[in-house]
Amino acid sequence: MSDVISLTDIRRVFTMGDQQFEALKGISYGVAAGEFVAIMGASGSGKSTCMNIVGCLDRPTSGQYLLDGLDVGAMDPNQLADIRNKKLGFVFQGFNLLARTPAVENVELPLVYAGLNAKERRQKAVIAMEQVGLAGKENNHPSQLSGGQQQRVAIARALVNNPAVILADEPTGNLDSTTSEEIMVLFTALNKKGITIIMVTHEHDVAAYAGRQITFKDGKIISDRPTGRTA
Amino acid sequence: MDFSQTLKIALRALRTNKMRSFLTMLGIIIGIAAVIAMMAVGTGASYVISQQIASIGSNIILVIPGSTTSGGLRTGSGGAQTLTSDDVKAIMNECPSVSTASGTVRSSGQIVYGNMNWSTVIMGGTPELFEIREWPVTSGRSITQQDVDSAGKVCLLGQTVADNLFGSADPIGNIVRIKKIPFTVIGILEGKGQSPQGTDQDDTVFVPLRTAQRNLVRSQRTDSVGALIVKAKSEMVLDKAEEEINSLLNQRHRITNGKEPDFSTRNLSEILAVAEKSSKAMSLLLGAVASISLIVGGIGIMNIMLVSVTERTREIGIRMAIGAKKNDILLQFMTEAVLLTMLGGLIGIALGAGGATIVSKLLGWPTMISIQSITIAFFFSAAVGIFFGFYPARKAAGLNPIDALRYE
Ligand SMILES: Nc1ncnc2c1ncn2[C@@H]1O[C@H](COP(=O)(O)OP(=O)(O)OP(=O)(O)O)[C@@H](O)[C@H]1O
Ligand SMILES: [Mg+2]
Repeated sequence: MSDVISLTDIRRVFTMGDQQFEALKGISYGVAAGEFVAIMGASGSGKSTCMNIVGCLDRPTSGQYLLDGLDVGAMDPNQLADIRNKKLGFVFQGFNLLARTPAVENVELPLVYAGLNAKERRQKAVIAMEQVGLAGKENNHPSQLSGGQQQRVAIARALVNNPAVILADEPTGNLDSTTSEEIMVLFTALNKKGITIIMVTHEHDVAAYAGRQITFKDGKIISDRPTGRTA
Repeated sequence: MDFSQTLKIALRALRTNKMRSFLTMLGIIIGIAAVIAMMAVGTGASYVISQQIASIGSNIILVIPGSTTSGGLRTGSGGAQTLTSDDVKAIMNECPSVSTASGTVRSSGQIVYGNMNWSTVIMGGTPELFEIREWPVTSGRSITQQDVDSAGKVCLLGQTVADNLFGSADPIGNIVRIKKIPFTVIGILEGKGQSPQGTDQDDTVFVPLRTAQRNLVRSQRTDSVGALIVKAKSEMVLDKAEEEINSLLNQRHRITNGKEPDFSTRNLSEILAVAEKSSKAMSLLLGAVASISLIVGGIGIMNIMLVSVTERTREIGIRMAIGAKKNDILLQFMTEAVLLTMLGGLIGIALGAGGATIVSKLLGWPTMISIQSITIAFFFSAAVGIFFGFYPARKAAGLNPIDALRYE
């Protein structure tokens, strides 16, 4: 198996008091290196829950998750932090940038925790910002950037440590259609360079940029098919 | 993650809320300033006390005429003339714990040189007096036993008297008049400074005991002495020597049970103990202020750090999602707390040092701010930060990344 990500019968049960709720009811799928996958489905179907598990932010109640062939379930919190730092890049719906911090320092953040020195960090961060088309905006604070620009900063931050996979949970959810399109063009370009992307979205025209579409319903996968668009 | 980055993040966080950071530090500032002031006052006071002990001479017992027991009418201490030169000899010979002793008489009057005059204290004593008080001459010679035996008209000048009568001229060999009687100046005593009671010890003229008894004081008996100054063999036998003197003099003066003694003894270390006690009480008070405000300040820091953790929950979530480990977050918040207290500590050190300098200037003490006390204060403020910063930092580090990211 050359899959970067391989989920087998992943279940996630939330316990609230004496109530139990099974948000994921046996999810299995694999993602090969270089794929661009869109995940769709109704609200509450478990897309984010699944993304959190894939992103090593949460652990499944049962099931096996292999990332690059490594069993994530057996790792301790520090190892998971390392995985998030080096193998994964996150893009969130709400951008999640640090306020009062220049854009370039936001982009540097993963490198700080990777232990790079200031010079290397700055070099890589500037390159990543160029890649997302934000050259010259290095010293702008998030409040001095448009929504689309903020999301580009977030993408640069996700890219900067050369991750194997970028995980994006509704990256265009807060953006208008023109800006969404620009972001998707950027994603497509990154994907062409070989980066694996898994993206949750509610919008069909956004999902159309992906090469494969997985649809969730009530914690299960109800369809998994190519979009027809070749990556 | 390198520490300079942690430091930078912490500094940025403190800068964002300048006023809040300052107010939070206030408790630490006051506490540390009190610690520094306490140590400065304490060491300053004990330095002054030890200087005074050194200026009087150690292991000294004073025997003065008259009783100190209360009740009834009695002559003021030193008023009666009940002690004699024979008592001095007996004490020297018969008290095994006594090293040496000197009788003294004391008077005051004018001393005149040319057209200069000066009112001062005139003391009669034997050569032992200068040995007991560890008081050498800086020029000329001291009083000898021969001067005493022959009731020689010679005198030693204290520094203050010499300065006032002679200015920069050399007094030795010159004739001065003490109460109109001519005396030859044979020596100048070393400067001693203030006594524990605050009088200038250098404002004194010394003459041989017998000369003073015959010519300078009026009394019924020419061999009576005003007071006795006794040196014990060591500090260990100070109390024993005092007992020996008491029983010897009781016997010699025929003081039986129930009769009030006509003399009393005073141990100088008792007097100094009182001074030491009051400076200790001062230190203790400042110490209490210091520890209370450090605790209150520490709680303030803990409170603000908890607020800060809550405010920055989302930031913590972002950092965790991006690869921060628990320890990175812990270290970041600890650094912030410690930075806050150390900054407070530094300001406190500056304030405390300034305050102590003013106090020591006012009291005429030397400035007693040691590197040691600054180091202690500095590490103490850091320790407060570590202690009170740990709980909020652990709370931050223990956050679940997903919950933290979702926090509104
Ligand atoms: N921490 C939690 N505790 C309890 N239940 C939870 C928790 N997180 C998610 N759930 C539940 O799990 C289900 C799936 O939630 P999830 O966030 O994965 O939905 P989603 O598919 O991402 O929806 P949306 O499109 O609205 O983002 C929901 O019913 C939600 O209530
Ligand atoms: Mg969701």
